Amino acid sequence: MSKTATYALIESQVLASAISSITFSSIPATYTDLVIVMQAKCATADANISIQFNADTASNYSYTFLDGNGTSTFSSRGSNQTSGAIDNYGQIQQNFKSNDIINIFDYSNTTTNKTYISRANNAGTGVDAIVGLWRSTSAINSVKLICSGSRNFDIGSTFKLYGIQAGNA
Amino acid sequence: MAVTRLTTNGLTGTKYDIASADNYYMEPIATNLLSSATATVTFSNIPQGYKHLQIRFISRNTVVGDQLGMQFNLDGGSNYARHELSGFGSSANSYASTSQIQIIGVGFEAYSSNAANIFGAGVIDILDYNNTNKYKTVRSFTGYDFNGGGGVGLVSGLWMNTAPITSITMNQQSSGNFAINTRFSLYGIKG
Repeated sequence: MSKTATYALIESQVLASAISSITFSSIPATYTDLVIVMQAKCATADANISIQFNADTASNYSYTFLDGNGTSTFSSRGSNQTSGAIDNYGQIQQNFKSNDIINIFDYSNTTTNKTYISRANNAGTGVDAIVGLWRSTSAINSVKLICSGSRNFDIGSTFKLYGIQAGNA
Repeated sequence: MAVTRLTTNGLTGTKYDIASADNYYMEPIATNLLSSATATVTFSNIPQGYKHLQIRFISRNTVVGDQLGMQFNLDGGSNYARHELSGFGSSANSYASTSQIQIIGVGFEAYSSNAANIFGAGVIDILDYNNTNKYKTVRSFTGYDFNGGGGVGLVSGLWMNTAPITSITMNQQSSGNFAINTRFSLYGIKG
């Protein structure tokens, strides 16, 4: 009898050409949490990554940062933003990849607003711990990751979406 | 998915092609999803067949300013310590606590003063939970944001006891309760 993996790969994207954003769409509602694991470079220059859910481009996002860049620590926040932040100092660069892991909790719950936490790490620039909020009780069915400043994720950047199932309540 | 490729690395042992192997290393043990406000949530009779444990949660408090705490095996003695690196939107902070009756601040949660249906969230790893030669170490990544406020934190905790962990109690440090729809899910990780 086959088992269902608790931590299951839903979709993997490996870029064969530079692109400004990637989208995971038609996300099944069968899991409890989502995890995105990415390793990316920017095709031309430094860039930050932001996140949007369900193609929502309205000012429904906010976030709080905790950062270190090798010289100092830093905390700030953004409110009423049109996208959520995934990184700050741990940005993607042309010469250094950023390794990011994003946890999105209770993504298919239609009662709660959606909270995510992100760790972004770039050996050349810094590290970030970020918490974000999408003010919507809609179930998440798509996730878009966007490279800032009209720049592009570089060829070879990888993005993997996982689902985690909770045990029985 | 069946294992489709197994390779040797020329040394002692075997290298697995993780992309092809069965991904059953993480298993759900139990979930507590609250249908009413509750002071504590306890996972009992935790099976001992894993290497590590992980708790994934969303949490909201029924009061303002309380903190999420964690105890093991109903030990309420002063056997816990923790360190925290956190940011609340203006500066980075560092805290430490020793000789505590629980690991305090192991998770950040939303408060009753925040807009409805906003929850804090986090991932708590409990390493080598049944090793009788080690004190138990906890690592947490957690945060809450309510659009104009909130905080994100990295917390490490210690339970100074070598006993295997058989129960975990999540509670509020002071007087609050966990609000309805708070969820704690416990997982076992094989190794």
